[in-house]
Amino acid sequence: MIKPPGKWEVIDFQELKDYRDLFFFLVWRDIKVLYAQTIMGFAWAILNPLIQIIIFSIIFGKVAKLDTDGIPYVLFSTVAIIPWAYMSEAMTKSSQSLVSDQSMLGKIYFPRLIFPVTPVLAKLVDFAISLFLLLAVMLYYRISPTWNLLLLPFLVVLMMSVPAGIGFWLSALSIRFRDVKFAMPFAIRMLIYSAPILYSASSIPDGYRFLYSLNPVVAVIEGFRACLLGTEIPWEFILPGAVVSVILLVSGAIYFRKMERVFVDVI
Amino acid sequence: MSKNNIAVNVEDLSKIYRLGLKEQTSEHFAEMLWSFVRSPVKNFRKYRSLYTFDDVDLAGDTAAGEQSDSILWALKGVSFSVKQGEVVGIIGGNGAGKSTLLKILSRITPPTRGSISIHGRVSSLLEVGTGFHPELTGRENVFLNGTILGMRRKEVTRKFDEIVAFSDVEKFLDTPVKRYSSGMRVRLAFAVAAHLEPEILIVDEVLAVGDAAFQQKCMNKMQDVGQEGRTVLFVSHNMPAVTSLCDRVIWLDHGQKVTEGPAQEIVGKYLLEGVDTTAHRVWKDSSSAPAGEFARLREVRVVKKGGDVTGHYCIQEPVGIEMEYEVLKGGEVMLPHFRIRNDNGILVFVTLDHDPEWYQRPRPAGRYISTVWIPGNLLNEGPHFVECNLITRHPEAPQFHEVDVVSFAITGNMEPGTARGDWPGRLKGIVSPALEWETQYRKE
Repeated sequence: MIKPPGKWEVIDFQELKDYRDLFFFLVWRDIKVLYAQTIMGFAWAILNPLIQIIIFSIIFGKVAKLDTDGIPYVLFSTVAIIPWAYMSEAMTKSSQSLVSDQSMLGKIYFPRLIFPVTPVLAKLVDFAISLFLLLAVMLYYRISPTWNLLLLPFLVVLMMSVPAGIGFWLSALSIRFRDVKFAMPFAIRMLIYSAPILYSASSIPDGYRFLYSLNPVVAVIEGFRACLLGTEIPWEFILPGAVVSVILLVSGAIYFRKMERVFVDVI
Repeated sequence: MSKNNIAVNVEDLSKIYRLGLKEQTSEHFAEMLWSFVRSPVKNFRKYRSLYTFDDVDLAGDTAAGEQSDSILWALKGVSFSVKQGEVVGIIGGNGAGKSTLLKILSRITPPTRGSISIHGRVSSLLEVGTGFHPELTGRENVFLNGTILGMRRKEVTRKFDEIVAFSDVEKFLDTPVKRYSSGMRVRLAFAVAAHLEPEILIVDEVLAVGDAAFQQKCMNKMQDVGQEGRTVLFVSHNMPAVTSLCDRVIWLDHGQKVTEGPAQEIVGKYLLEGVDTTAHRVWKDSSSAPAGEFARLREVRVVKKGGDVTGHYCIQEPVGIEMEYEVLKGGEVMLPHFRIRNDNGILVFVTLDHDPEWYQRPRPAGRYISTVWIPGNLLNEGPHFVECNLITRHPEAPQFHEVDVVSFAITGNMEPGTARGDWPGRLKGIVSPALEWETQYRKE
């Protein structure tokens, strides 16, 4: 039954399930294609964060000498940059997903939600590979795992929900307003400074802590740090961040579903 | 028609689009500055208006002529239904709404009004090779494209060898598609599409790609699909393809359904559209009929064998053209004749009345009917126009001379024994005779 669009559409999980093979192949395509015709191949998944870590360690660790609560700067930044690299790339790809696949959008039907979710999953491969870099750095500094590591699966889910929620919102917006594409690099740069990636969250004044904790990126970064380095788990950052990211995800999905039927008409 | 065997039912379907309007230009610097500052708000409204329509926009539907300039009714109140196993063609000129209709049927874009109910699994093929990725190999793209078109992974695996055999690109299966020639890419893409097994197939103009041999292959495949009892909705500009594939045709024009009916008849009407003549012309009032001193024309008809007056003929059907006239004064030798022109205005031939009974014989006064039979497999596909003449022989004096007095359309098909045989496209040329061929094989 095909009808004019109503005000609200619920997510049709049965339909998503029916299209799982397509979903699988699209994720697989994104992975296959990413490093096509490169010499280094998947080594780029390590090289990219590695180079960032080197640069940040020299500038913020050696030159600016930022306070890191006594943790060596290389270690301090590695545990943050690796999830951050995943989030920033997944976010960018996800928000551009509809625009970059618009030829498919206009020619074939499948659940539109697959578009922004695909990069969120495909980028996990890069993330998994870059974990080797993390492991190497942790071995070098002789960090032994603690019970905090049990939190990792939850943090990975949280880490994925942030770009997914933002991707739902921005991909649906950017198909109508291409401004998103131009604002994205700038927003990413803002986000890197708004989260404790290069500096420690303990340098935030007490009065602003709650406001700061509403940024879900803060929850992911601080969570990773505590989880991997075995420091005290900062629930005061993780809980508000998790709540905000759930809100982002649900509201994003609702907005996306509301807009998806007119996507083709406004490309 | 019971409710159960209807595959697609379209009811009062409408779709409107917003057109771009000419922007206002500012004449003063201050105005320009102001419009620059205001432009984000204006742009926001503009992009928002692409999918929001108010009652005024929608009212254009009822009050004809009052609709807003910026609104285009791509479809307007279209209704039809398609039975299971029927192959239905959708024809119409550019901007008739064919593609919009297919897009709504395949759920790519929603209708503004109306509804469609579909019974069965739908696959739509609006383009061959949707989602082909240049960096992936042929093998990988078969899987990707297959699942995009709605196949399950298992299904693709099962049909993989068949698909590859159909495409003729076995050797290049592990080469990235970006290194394929465009022909290879299309063959592979169509091979995937051809192995879809939906209950309802929606196809847009995909036969317009590839070389003639490949088109032939596609046509055969389409014919198979039709014979397997699947429901097919097929948009094409290739009228011979439509008449040979479809049982029924729906003709759209400017978003509205003009008519629907048997393929041959509707295609014939479509080809004759805009042509202001008919298959039958009568002059009831003798004072206004074309006439000379000795003869007066009363009627001209285009008839089938058996005498039915119609303007639509298959290429293998003989076409009869009759003129009915009165000889006013007896005793003259008369020569009725027709000239046949095609739609480019090219004279195809002239035919003179050589009936031995009346040849070189003076005719007594009275009413006559002279008929010429144009054999099947002679005229090419398309509209034809008849010029009707009669002269006296001694001396030669024209009696009447009517240009484009009647017209008829020839539609091609792929039946054996025609000039085309199973060749899918229209043959060029003024005529399209079915000729005998002989080929001898000589060993070296």
